[in-house]
Amino acid sequence: MYKIVRKKVLNPVVKLMEVSAPDVANVCQPGQFIMIRVNETGERFPLTVADFDREKGTVTIVFQEVGKSTRLLGTLNEGDYILDFTGPLGRPTHIEKYGTVCVVGGGCGTAIAYPVARAFKEAGNYVITINGARTMDLLIYRKEMQEISDEFYETTDDGSCGVHGFVTTVLGDLIQKGRKIDLVFAVGPAIMMKFVAKTTEPSGIKTIVSLNSIMVDGTGMCGACRVTVGGQMKFACVDGPEFDGHQVDFNELMGRLNAYREQEQVALELWEKEHGGGK
Amino acid sequence: MSDEKKPKRQRKPPTKKVPMPEQDPMERIHNFNEVALGYTVELAVAEAEKCLQCRNPRCVSGCPVEVPIKDFIALIREGDFMGAAAKIKETNSLPAICGRVCPQETQCEAKCIYGIRNEPIAIGRLERFVADYARERGEELPEIAPKNGLRVAIVGSGPAGLTCAGDLAKLGYEVTIFEAFHKPGGVLVYGIPEFRLPKEIVAKEVDYLERLGVEIKCNYVIGKIRTIDQLLNDDDYDAVFIGTGAGHPNFLRIPGMNLVDVYSANEFLTRVNLMKAYKFPEYDTPVRVGRRVAVIGGGNVAMDAARTALRLGAEEVFIVYRRSREEMPARVEEVDHAEEEGIKFQLLTNPVEVLGDEKGNVIGMTCVRMKLGEPDESGRRRPIPIPNSEFVIDCDTVIVAIGNSPNPIVPSTTPGLETTKWGTIVIDEETGMTSREGVFAGGDIVTGAATVISAMGAGKRAARGIHEYLTKKRNKQ
Ligand SMILES: Cc1cc2nc3c(=O)[nH]c(=O)nc-3n(C[C@H](O)[C@H](O)[C@H](O)COP(=O)(O)OP(=O)(O)OC[C@H]3O[C@@H](n4cnc5c(N)ncnc54)[C@H](O)[C@@H]3O)c2cc1C
Repeated sequence: MYKIVRKKVLNPVVKLMEVSAPDVANVCQPGQFIMIRVNETGERFPLTVADFDREKGTVTIVFQEVGKSTRLLGTLNEGDYILDFTGPLGRPTHIEKYGTVCVVGGGCGTAIAYPVARAFKEAGNYVITINGARTMDLLIYRKEMQEISDEFYETTDDGSCGVHGFVTTVLGDLIQKGRKIDLVFAVGPAIMMKFVAKTTEPSGIKTIVSLNSIMVDGTGMCGACRVTVGGQMKFACVDGPEFDGHQVDFNELMGRLNAYREQEQVALELWEKEHGGGK
Repeated sequence: MSDEKKPKRQRKPPTKKVPMPEQDPMERIHNFNEVALGYTVELAVAEAEKCLQCRNPRCVSGCPVEVPIKDFIALIREGDFMGAAAKIKETNSLPAICGRVCPQETQCEAKCIYGIRNEPIAIGRLERFVADYARERGEELPEIAPKNGLRVAIVGSGPAGLTCAGDLAKLGYEVTIFEAFHKPGGVLVYGIPEFRLPKEIVAKEVDYLERLGVEIKCNYVIGKIRTIDQLLNDDDYDAVFIGTGAGHPNFLRIPGMNLVDVYSANEFLTRVNLMKAYKFPEYDTPVRVGRRVAVIGGGNVAMDAARTALRLGAEEVFIVYRRSREEMPARVEEVDHAEEEGIKFQLLTNPVEVLGDEKGNVIGMTCVRMKLGEPDESGRRRPIPIPNSEFVIDCDTVIVAIGNSPNPIVPSTTPGLETTKWGTIVIDEETGMTSREGVFAGGDIVTGAATVISAMGAGKRAARGIHEYLTKKRNKQ
């Protein structure tokens, strides 16, 4: 049992929780993830480490309420317990001094991009961050991101804040203008990562993406998260979750992400019926 | 020579095992309840009566943990079922499980002298009977040696880890099991289905260990949260046993393996068994199974996946296996049960491509017919493709059950731990010790995917090895 010591609502659909898990906090690194099971009937699902505090022994997770499991997690409050919290899993982000690094976070992915951007900054890189969402209400970590960035951009699909457009609008612009970028790191919805990789491909800028595949165990045992990278089968849980974005077969990834659409809908509807529309 | 023929000695026709009651196939394909129902007292005694009580029993030599088979059967004949259970437990700490899942036909029962002319004595069914009998009546704890102040960490809670932990606890060690999953039991809980091994039985065995004083820490992936070296150096464990199994699923090197409806058997079975997807939406984990399911492989895992798919509502389920029935590594009982339930066998058939539509859904599987050639290293005849024999199996779900490899997480984070080219850990056969002093290993992580009983045997040997190693070390000090 893992106690929630702090909960913060970041926006209508995204919540942050700081969870007491001293042994995990002791060793986890940016880029790694945790497998969570909220209660006895719950499913196991991965959430990437958004932050950690080795002294306090806590790990921070940030999640968007998309299906029943994340909704259920969202109903828990400070002082409540999460039943299972297994990690840290996956490989940590490889941090080194590249020169100029552009970190792109989309939607809830920004919470994961944040510790990575901070680590790149601490390693001596010039850090450009691009924080995107559908609309202003959904932008998270705005202040935090800005603080650690040398250059900071925001984009919204509807133009309610920052640049009107996608994260790739800004990224494409920077590249067009001939800005020298040594590495792009992108995390967010699969479709966003696909287009980030497409944007950087012509200029050959190394692009790392953090995949959010479906997983059951998270330790290499089920293979649900397998993905084709450079023509080879990889498991996102143990070989990743970060891969060379130019090598990832995103169409296959998106197909596999949709595998349980129908069942997720059933579970969600039942949940809403039982909980009077959620929330 | 006399012309007179001697009157022919009247030989009784060969006898069969006393049948064990089972759920009717047409009924059981709609539920996850146990298929085999077990002997009653009368049936068990009747079967036990047939045992010859050989002076030199061979059955025992067929058992990897040397269960005193003759003695426990004698106790059944006397009606002392609790005594029989205690007798088995002298060497086998998980009899209710072994009675259900051991391949008796290649072990004890293969050696049974009575079985030369008849069907052998149903040793497995008798073992199961006494174990269930004793469990239902509540077993007493065995004698436990006083605590000796030494600590052992066990990594993995499959049959190897559980057995090693139990034996060490009885010897007075302070034992902690670290398990990656949220529930202990290894393959017994995530792989083998409820209808073959009710999870309640595994839970009881785990409970028994806890009563022996074993501490179980779930959600601990060793190699990630803690390394073997940290357990030894920082956490004050005097020895470590690695029983992490062979949990890494293999896929075929053919096109279409990453289509949406292609599962590893591990994923499919874990969703259903550990996560209880068969009770979706009461349980949150979903599982998708189509109308026509092809399961690739011929072992227990393939049979379990096929029969699970049937129970989840598939209309037609095929086992696709590249050799013939004789070579199938599955337990005979599982193959028979699968057949009774209507699973179709496509033998001497090898997949060459899984076909998908533009959305990544499976729409069929191209296969090629095989014939058997010369025996290979395993002694089994090598399957060879027949040219121009391609055909398509019409299916919408494919489950790959062609075997599992060792999970690399522990070996790759333990410097100096010697492994083979297959990723299995190298040990000293006698003691179970690896190339690292104080680090022992056993079960599927050493042998590659094998059996419950061989993993238990390895756990036992390692417990003995650990005890000797630590006793010697202490005496030197
Ligand atoms: C579907 C299926 C059906 C089978 N049917 C039969 C049968 O009928 N009869 C039979 O005899 N055998 C059968 N087998 C084989 C048998 O189950 C295995 O040989 C046996 O379980 C191996 O035991 P083990 O203790 O070595 O490993 P496992 O049972 O695999 O247990 C290993 C445990 O270690 C844990 N682990 C792995 N890595 C780590 C880590 N880094 N840190 C912490 N924990 C870790 C795993 O989560 C797991 O719980 C079957 C196997 C499968 C998959």
